[in-house]
Amino acid sequence: MSGAFRIPGAGRFKQAKTARFSFDGQSYTGIEGDTLASALLANGVHLVGRSFKYHRPRGILSAGAEEPNALVEIKRDAARKTPNVRATVQELYDGLDAQSQNRWPSLSFDLGAVSDIASPLLSAGFYYKTFMWPKAAWKSLYEPKIRAAAGLGVSPDQPDPDHYSSRYAHCDVLVLGGGAAGIAAALAAAETGVRVILADEQAEFGGSLRFESGAKIDGQDGFAWAQAAVAKLAAMDNVRVLSRTTAFGYYAQNFVALVERVSDHLKAPGHDLARERLWQVRAKRVVLASGAIERHMVFADNDRPGIMLAGAARTYLNHYGVAVGRNVGVYTANDSAYAAAIDLKKAGVNVAAIVDLRDNPTGPVIDEARALGIEVNFGRAVIRAGGKLRVSSMTVQPKNGGGERTIPVDAILMSAGWTPSVHLFSQSRGKVAFNDETKRFVPGTYAQDCVSVGACNGTDGLSATVDEAYAAGAKAAKDAGAKTAKGNKPKVDASESWSRGMLGAAPGAGPDTTVKAFVDFQNDVTAKDIRQAVHEGMRSIEHVKRFTTNGMATDQGKTSNMHGLAIAAEMLGKPIPEVGLTTFRAPYTPVTFGAIVSHARGPLFDPTRRTAIHPWAEAQGAVFEDVGQWKRAWYFPKAGEDMHAAVDRECVAVRKTAGLFDASTLGKIEVVGPDAAKFMELLYTNPWEKLEPGRCRYGIMLREDGFIYDDGVVGRLAPDRFHVTTTTGGAPRVMNHMEDYLQTEFPHLNVWLTSITEQWAVIAVQGPKSRDIIAPLVEGIDMSDEGLPHMSVREGKICGVPTRLFRMSFTGERGFEVNVPADYGQAVWEALWAEGQKHGAAAYGTEAMHVLRAEKGYIIVGQDTDGTVTPNDAGLDWAVGKKKADFVGIRGMARPDLVAKGRKQLVGLKTKDPKVVLEEGAQIVEDPKQAIPMKMIGHVTSSYWSENCGRSIALALVAGGRDRMGDTLYVPMPNGVIEVEVTGMVFFDETGGRLNG
Amino acid sequence: MLLIRCPYCEEERPELEFRNAGEAHIARSANMAGESDDDFEKFFFIRSNPKGIIYERWRHMHGCARFFNAVRDTVTDKFVMTYKAGEPKPSKLPGVGK
Ligand SMILES: [Zn+2]
Repeated sequence: MSGAFRIPGAGRFKQAKTARFSFDGQSYTGIEGDTLASALLANGVHLVGRSFKYHRPRGILSAGAEEPNALVEIKRDAARKTPNVRATVQELYDGLDAQSQNRWPSLSFDLGAVSDIASPLLSAGFYYKTFMWPKAAWKSLYEPKIRAAAGLGVSPDQPDPDHYSSRYAHCDVLVLGGGAAGIAAALAAAETGVRVILADEQAEFGGSLRFESGAKIDGQDGFAWAQAAVAKLAAMDNVRVLSRTTAFGYYAQNFVALVERVSDHLKAPGHDLARERLWQVRAKRVVLASGAIERHMVFADNDRPGIMLAGAARTYLNHYGVAVGRNVGVYTANDSAYAAAIDLKKAGVNVAAIVDLRDNPTGPVIDEARALGIEVNFGRAVIRAGGKLRVSSMTVQPKNGGGERTIPVDAILMSAGWTPSVHLFSQSRGKVAFNDETKRFVPGTYAQDCVSVGACNGTDGLSATVDEAYAAGAKAAKDAGAKTAKGNKPKVDASESWSRGMLGAAPGAGPDTTVKAFVDFQNDVTAKDIRQAVHEGMRSIEHVKRFTTNGMATDQGKTSNMHGLAIAAEMLGKPIPEVGLTTFRAPYTPVTFGAIVSHARGPLFDPTRRTAIHPWAEAQGAVFEDVGQWKRAWYFPKAGEDMHAAVDRECVAVRKTAGLFDASTLGKIEVVGPDAAKFMELLYTNPWEKLEPGRCRYGIMLREDGFIYDDGVVGRLAPDRFHVTTTTGGAPRVMNHMEDYLQTEFPHLNVWLTSITEQWAVIAVQGPKSRDIIAPLVEGIDMSDEGLPHMSVREGKICGVPTRLFRMSFTGERGFEVNVPADYGQAVWEALWAEGQKHGAAAYGTEAMHVLRAEKGYIIVGQDTDGTVTPNDAGLDWAVGKKKADFVGIRGMARPDLVAKGRKQLVGLKTKDPKVVLEEGAQIVEDPKQAIPMKMIGHVTSSYWSENCGRSIALALVAGGRDRMGDTLYVPMPNGVIEVEVTGMVFFDETGGRLNG
Repeated sequence: MLLIRCPYCEEERPELEFRNAGEAHIARSANMAGESDDDFEKFFFIRSNPKGIIYERWRHMHGCARFFNAVRDTVTDKFVMTYKAGEPKPSKLPGVGK
């Protein structure tokens, strides 16, 4: 037997296999097809959680995605622990292990429930009022305590071992919701031949046909019709049917995000299955068929376990074959709860009484209930529920006051009416309209190509719903381009119809009471809290919502928003639409980070770029650093060397003999065309027209505002061809900057731009022996100082492959940069390395490169400049063509503030104690004894130990720096003040003789 | 995610392929060096930031790589039209009242 409350003959899973599961360590048996909620109820378990703020015992309210109470942790193994899973959505599998949340030490005895007794302290706005002062206590005392005491599940503490997948899809008609309306719309659209996607959040299609025992369509039971119709749709080539798939976000231009639960319902999902799949669908037309959600009655202690929505109780009976009690009471302001009472009574459950707030309702369900011998009370209210861990009674009173009567019950089914699910419509930026007669917000003005049908559109009755949905599906298909329709509209033979219900607090929970009549179960917001918010001056529903947190929990107020709004409106004496409905935002239900991130994590988070020479560096034991997406060799430690020792050795080797450096990551752009020089004149500060082919120049690129944007050496290969280099990180934005000007400001110039970063591997050979290393391998290039002087470029061959050989230096030594096609990069490197070995050359990494360039005062854009540095600030005035009429940045550079005195200028710094190495980013002051906060006049941009200089060296931006040569300044640090002297930027070989050394 | 019509590719493509490049129809002076401080301020710093119709530049970065102009409504995020760089600012917009 799969639970004492399973009713033989009831439900749709008569042949189902049993499934064992555990809840809080206790073993139970359910059946395959159950949700965790239905399986627990079948075993008589209603108490499943504790509430967020007051730790009140809570049961199962609903049978669907709107569930605010029954949140549990599902544990598969140490790493697979999912908190806040709705028991009403989680499908049962054999071996499922669930734990209740937010209770200590146990679910039935929770110490935190003290906050229920101390609840006056925790009323609306308590966070704002109680914990605002003193500020320090918030961080150290209040927040940790509140987070520990109030909260939902516990986050997993291990990386998520599951994988997630992601798909894009396009369709003509996307139907969201697979109840009668959605299925009818999908049939109409699919029959025209257009591409249709039909999605529903449940494991099985059918929506409210799961519980509507009175529905008959095309001669069949409603639910059976739904299964047959969906099977027919699934078999069509132009239709994709997605179950267990929730549309959670509706974005611009009919772009809808859905998440499909692929394997959370399986006992042992294979590793080939994703846990969830994100669908991003672009649809020509969207049909919203998201149904309606039943509201609870707002009365004292309406949160006791065993009190649930009438429609949910009916679903548990008709779909799962589970009775939610043996002696149930019904509290309603709506006909639909009668149907639940009737179904339960017919299944043999005692219905103690129906309490109907309405005065004299009439209709077939009422007659039928009476005919079945159920006691029906009109014009009465349930003013309180008895019991604590499970409801034990309901106390009934005439709604205008009078004698009380307490009726023992073990469950209360309630219905205050149904709220159209306009969440996705609202997300699509549609504007809802209030129907004053039915007291419902329904879709009003549409903002996108979509249409709402059925209950979410405020349409009542199955017949009207199917008519409307079928017509809308056909129209959506036609609007999406369908030519012919050839289907038959489903015929509704029998249906149920429901009247409206009520909004707000029921009698007994009115303004003069202090009872706990819950509006929002998940955030523990009562009717009194809403009134208090209005009393304390909140006028807009947006303010009431934030003050009380009503509707702000993970269920987004699916059951509570309308009640909260009605109570606020009543207090304010305004009609509901004037108080306003809060905006619905994505996601409709919580979405895992896994589904959103999908494969884009770990190594797949961002592309990794490796140079042609990377494998060689790896084999040599290089330590790599990330520079943008590139992996760059940072230093090459020999056995026993730390980073410091390796970098010192590499730096000394370059200046003593030679070093090889992989400079392939440098950005490279070829600027080609008859107007190439004119273009270069406009994009760089330097003059280019007169640069002879075969020569190079250091170029500076500015933004229009006059600040340095990038720099690099440019070689002119021919009158119409420049080989431009950029910083490693700057290559894409420099290319974008160039393209922008070429396409939009200077389109008259006949120029082509080509990114060649990936095409050329670049090997820098630097040091006094560099020519000796390269020369034996080169063909067709005169390697003498006359044939290839400093800052020149030649094309020829090296190791038999084409090369663009630059004579240039970023170290201050005689130097070359050998460009070869990337495919030959490693082979040429190995040949050069073999030659280098004859001369004692070393491979050096980016750290040594940084030290060597700093010894020469060469700047790195983005390190020594920060987007507010002009060429003059950086001491690079010499690189600005004074006679040029125009270049990008020419006017910005001349702005008053950029030519004013006292600007921060790049200078060198030497610590008075040569052994002390400054920290990059450290602030600089004039007087270390001044009061805190001190006046900071600049900061250190680059700082290294220089083995070649035998001391530390640094570059810094200092206000009026060039006028402070020889001055002493101070760098206050946590361990004391460091004295520094302002110097020039060149620390090694000031005359530059070594460039030809 | 928006769909944007590239006037060069003559196709609607997803927003992921494009990059916004700021307000359109702000001409760079032919005599840049001679601009007054006020004119340079207007050119470089001042943007209209309207609520409603905005003319802006986009680049079909991961497509044809061309810059083009677009008319977009900042309230609805809807693209009214797109047109090639260098074409004049449209005086009449399709589907937009005066
Ligand atoms: Zn394009």
